[in-house]
Amino acid sequence: MDQLWIDLAAVLAAAAPLVIAAMGETLSERAGVINLSLDGTMLLAAMTGFAVALTTGNLLLGFAAAALVGAAIAAVLGLFSLTLGQSQTAVGFVLALLCTDLSSFLGAPFVRVPGPAVPFTPIPALADVPVLGTLFFRHDPVIYASFLIIPATAYLLYGTRLGLIVRALGERPAAVYARGIDVIRWRYAMLITGGALVGIAGAAFSLDLKQGWSYRHTFGAGWIVLAIVIFGGWRPWRVALGCYLFAVLEIVATRSQSALPNFPTQIIQVAPFVLMIFVLALVNLASSPAAMRRAATLPQIWQRPLLGAINRLRATAPAALGQPFERP
Amino acid sequence: MRTDRLKLVASLTRPVLALVAAFALTTLALLSTGVSPLEAYRLVLFGAFSTPVRLSDMIMLAAPLLLCAVGLSITFAGGLYNLGVEGQMIAGAIAAMVPLRLWPDWPPLLLWLLSGLSGATGGVVWALLIGALRQYANVSEIFAGLGMNFLASGLALYMVLGPWRRQTSASLSGTDLLPRDLWLPTIDRLRLAPAAPLIALLALAVVWWALTKTRWGLEVRAVGLNPAAAGRLGVAAARRMAETLAACGALAGIAGMLQVVAVHHALIPNISSGIGLLGLLVALLARADPRWLLPIAVAFASFTVGSIQLPLTLGIDSAIAGVLQGALVLFALVARARVR
Repeated sequence: MDQLWIDLAAVLAAAAPLVIAAMGETLSERAGVINLSLDGTMLLAAMTGFAVALTTGNLLLGFAAAALVGAAIAAVLGLFSLTLGQSQTAVGFVLALLCTDLSSFLGAPFVRVPGPAVPFTPIPALADVPVLGTLFFRHDPVIYASFLIIPATAYLLYGTRLGLIVRALGERPAAVYARGIDVIRWRYAMLITGGALVGIAGAAFSLDLKQGWSYRHTFGAGWIVLAIVIFGGWRPWRVALGCYLFAVLEIVATRSQSALPNFPTQIIQVAPFVLMIFVLALVNLASSPAAMRRAATLPQIWQRPLLGAINRLRATAPAALGQPFERP
Repeated sequence: MRTDRLKLVASLTRPVLALVAAFALTTLALLSTGVSPLEAYRLVLFGAFSTPVRLSDMIMLAAPLLLCAVGLSITFAGGLYNLGVEGQMIAGAIAAMVPLRLWPDWPPLLLWLLSGLSGATGGVVWALLIGALRQYANVSEIFAGLGMNFLASGLALYMVLGPWRRQTSASLSGTDLLPRDLWLPTIDRLRLAPAAPLIALLALAVVWWALTKTRWGLEVRAVGLNPAAAGRLGVAAARRMAETLAACGALAGIAGMLQVVAVHHALIPNISSGIGLLGLLVALLARADPRWLLPIAVAFASFTVGSIQLPLTLGIDSAIAGVLQGALVLFALVARARVR
């Protein structure tokens, strides 16, 4: 039984960078801007964070540099799409490739160099509580931060006036504009905040969970986060759940490599992403109007729980996501 | 007269500025490594033309790149971001292997035809699955494409390590090489198979004609500009989108087939080598205008081939080619922006 809690704690830890990046992306997508550069941003930030921490010997400076890189790339995306009116998808995609190659090029001197890492810091007293201590209080500051950022994002979006504005930016920017709020400026703010979080997530890889730097160090984590945000329906708790499910799948995949010696197990590594797209497709199919009409013909006893489940699973994108804003 | 010249200057200012900005960014990256940027540029820009072997390597990279970019300019015209092109290429390569492994003693010409057909079909299937996910399950083509890419690379790994593993022992470096007579005819000592660039040029010509001179092309472009409006005008928008995906998948599949029979002569896990994604950059830069596809594909292929020498001669990473390619597209996007 103890092993189970230890495994679960490992899942919670492994998902930390995904959670931090996913909260950042959720913020900017709720405000209506899709930051498709995530994969490149995470790589460049991971490389920069590691290089800065290594050369200065200061972990905090490493994380700050990573956050700065993430924010700067988001600002470039904002400049080209929000201010200059180019497609968010196109600019984000080009930035993703460009930053990936920049990280490979600039990071070459740091490949497989041993460097500093975030120290293990169990929280005194709490760490000894049975079960809960193992699960939540025997980690390091980055992982504690990943726990705190989920309720913080949820509170920001649903409990504050700012959150109301952010959600409206993504749903009905014209209404926000009519209330005298500068749509573009606030979208910039959320995009850059989200970008900084994505940058920190990159450093969470290189300075903590996958210490060091190598070619394409984060292995497609950015694309995975983008898919998880959709999978989680742009709602912080569900997005976080998606990150943890993904981490579970990954650990199961790694474990099954030893269980199936004759099966080429590298294949299992691609399974989580494929499975996620598959589930997303199933949920969308189940909540399509045609499927809903068919559900309505079922007997009453079946209908209520079924429709309830579909409604809970269904994910609707912010209405203005990816759309340029034209002043009315 | 004078105003004409002024207009010409004005219309050239922005592309030139974009070019300057892209090279400025790349130069900054080069300077940070301490090598002489001029030395590096000499290799990146002209290295591919320095020896006949490198020139033929560049042509053999430009051919699949052009095929992908041509296919992607169809999907871009239809308003779709086909990030799944990479997976379509892999699926095409796997499918192209099937006839070659099943009937290796059939006449080569027949086998190449079958292999090309099979490769194109593989790409089409992979592309249509994306279309289906988008149309029926409301999954954006970007993420459906990424998912299909992961699936295709998993399948390639499985084939290489499983059913088609080497006779000696399974190896990540790929399947056994194809029998020599199944390699696409190659010029001695040059690794150049002239059929590959010819096929790519033919595809370019056909697609240019289809997109600009036919009613089908007009409808595709209408769907790309505004699917709802095109639908009201009686264009079968969903159908046209599926057709653009299928066309792109077929071309990417043939690119995958060329990688198998003309470049690697085997199936390797990384058979697509990022060519599909580079094709997306080419198509974005050409802005779906087919006339620009060929020069840009050749330029980008020569950057990539030229930069291969960087680690050995200057001790810097070859990814600088990707930095230059990305920066060129990025600043070209800005150059097109209307000023508010």
